[in-house]
Amino acid sequence: MLLEELDSIAQKITISRKEICVRCCMASGCMSSRSAEIKDAMQHAVTSKNLGDRVEVRRVGCMGFCGQGPMVSVEPDGLLYEHVTVENAPSIIDALDGGTAQAELGDAKQPFFSRQLMVVRANNGRIDPESIEGYIEANGYRTLHQVLHEMQPAHVIEAIVKSGLRGRGGAGYPTGLKWGTVAKSAGAHKFVICNGDEGDPGAYMDRSVLESDPHRVIEGMAIAGYAVGADQAFIYVRAEYPLAVSRLQTAIRQARQHGLLGTGVFESPFNFNVEVRIGAGAFVCGEETALMASIEGNRGQPHPRPPFPAERGLWGFPTLINNVETFANVVPILEHGPDWYASLGTEKSKGTKVFSLTGKIRNSGLIEVPMGITIREIVEEMGGGAPGNAKVKAIQTGGPSGGCIPAEHFDTPVDYESLVGLGSIMGSGGLVVMDEHTNMVDVARFYMQFCMEESCGKCIPCRAGTVQMYELLTKIVERRGAQKDLEQLEELCDLVKHTSLCGLGQTAPNPVLSTLRYFRNEYLELLNKEVQEFGSSGVQEQET
Amino acid sequence: MKVIKPPLPSEDKRWKIVDAKMRRLGYAGHALIETLHTVQESFGYLDGDALSFVARALRVPPSRVYGVATFYNFFSLKPQGTHTCVVCLGTACYVKGADKVLAAIEKQNGIKSGETTSDKQLSLLTARCIGACAIGPAVIYDGLVSGHQTPEAATEKLKGILAHAA
Repeated sequence: MLLEELDSIAQKITISRKEICVRCCMASGCMSSRSAEIKDAMQHAVTSKNLGDRVEVRRVGCMGFCGQGPMVSVEPDGLLYEHVTVENAPSIIDALDGGTAQAELGDAKQPFFSRQLMVVRANNGRIDPESIEGYIEANGYRTLHQVLHEMQPAHVIEAIVKSGLRGRGGAGYPTGLKWGTVAKSAGAHKFVICNGDEGDPGAYMDRSVLESDPHRVIEGMAIAGYAVGADQAFIYVRAEYPLAVSRLQTAIRQARQHGLLGTGVFESPFNFNVEVRIGAGAFVCGEETALMASIEGNRGQPHPRPPFPAERGLWGFPTLINNVETFANVVPILEHGPDWYASLGTEKSKGTKVFSLTGKIRNSGLIEVPMGITIREIVEEMGGGAPGNAKVKAIQTGGPSGGCIPAEHFDTPVDYESLVGLGSIMGSGGLVVMDEHTNMVDVARFYMQFCMEESCGKCIPCRAGTVQMYELLTKIVERRGAQKDLEQLEELCDLVKHTSLCGLGQTAPNPVLSTLRYFRNEYLELLNKEVQEFGSSGVQEQET
Repeated sequence: MKVIKPPLPSEDKRWKIVDAKMRRLGYAGHALIETLHTVQESFGYLDGDALSFVARALRVPPSRVYGVATFYNFFSLKPQGTHTCVVCLGTACYVKGADKVLAAIEKQNGIKSGETTSDKQLSLLTARCIGACAIGPAVIYDGLVSGHQTPEAATEKLKGILAHAA
């Protein structure tokens, strides 16, 4: 593949484009409401009305407004249809030449869309995720070409450092620094791993990116491979995401056929292969050392760091692990320049973040917003508050590793440091809204049950501590707990947090700690005043 | 040293699919999880014979194969029912009442999550999060996701699926 060939593919597609493009969302959310049949129904209407040379019905990835799906959009009119059904889909085609469709017309200018800033998701909902030509038309793989032919690996790393990009998996480690460490580490082989083990319940940003724009992630990984000196990469995706897996496999096959992966990428000396590895349902595999154990075909159990994967990772070789969204940021940074990227966001948190806004919220779906936006803007303006005029009580960020942020702190800007200051974390991007009807102690117990069942069992604080904390929370929720139980719960939180081996255990107490910090009253109200010491059937009895 | 490959457990053509997968990954030990995925896709679950065959073919200890097969939630060592129903219990689904949907299905079919009905018609499972958060509560019926589920909608849907099977 040469640059001229890339150009000619793009030109060929652009010339063949039709006057009107009807886009039908075919990501998992809308697919579950029969969007594949909706697309067929619209295609059928186009054929039977002889509109084939003017109208293209295109399969696209996630448009974001998943709660209102299935979604269909019409360009260049900028119309957006929500809750489309197989029955009313043909009326959208009927209405192309004037008239009104029976499908529900949405407001494409409402804050849910207008407050967004698309960097990672720029192509999502626009291009066909199963067509490499569509991606190439949207300037795809040009950045990789430019990097391979015009930049030294060190310059690529320098650009990523300058952009201020931080890991989007949740911890926020500076991406450029990590790349630099892997580049400097000596090894006969080096690996790149894309962490798509999005186990955090209530979050689906990575699934959506992989389903909507898989080539973007692959291109980002290839650039990373060139920068750090790796020639083999793995994308580890959850088994729960079959559509993401299949679209990735399609994309990898296409890229290989076009000479964009494999030996001599873009006819340069750079070789790069990508393989998909499918997870098997273990939350702990989101932790990088556990993930590598899983790729090696073992139980997904973490090991102590250091050594960090950047020095000794997969099969003992230096390994770069980044999250899906981090890799998806690489192309725009190099395409538009690190200065442009660094101009977005706040002083320490640059760029945008994709969130999945779910739970008790009117407008539910995926949003990409600049860092520094306040929680209030997200929940109230974009999300439209809780349904049924209920009062929003709190928002949960970071899943089982994060915490709940109460409504009185909603004016806090969304950035890594501010969220940590509130006792939560940025996390991978799940934002679950809780309203006044949500019992916060029950939420804490829900997360503790999750961590208890997902604990891999390797270290004792996590294996035994999560069980004990779950038992204590159950006692409190069932009104059998006493003041002593609460004290013991807090003590255990502290112990498990500071002595567990990996992130799972170290952060498992966070949902309890943050609900205790802001909603202590809810715990106190549940305590049984008649029980003075420990509750009736407590932990102590069980131990004897 | 010439490596002797174990014979396929039976004439069943599905073993050829499993063997092809292992061959593609060079019969390496790290192919274990990928291989188990293929066995489960082909046979529906992992039985003892399959585990020992995979262990011999990949030359890894049976203890490691068993350890991996039981570590990951996705692998099942028991045959599943004709139909499967997976209730998502992710946070977004949970705060919108997925627990009530699950309870209704459990009551309707007289089984708990993780069990199969005695007539082998239905297996009920739960998922951590299937990433269909915006349309929660979500339930997967025979591999197809349905959103916005209620206890009534879910039991009605299952009634239809099971009646169709009978």
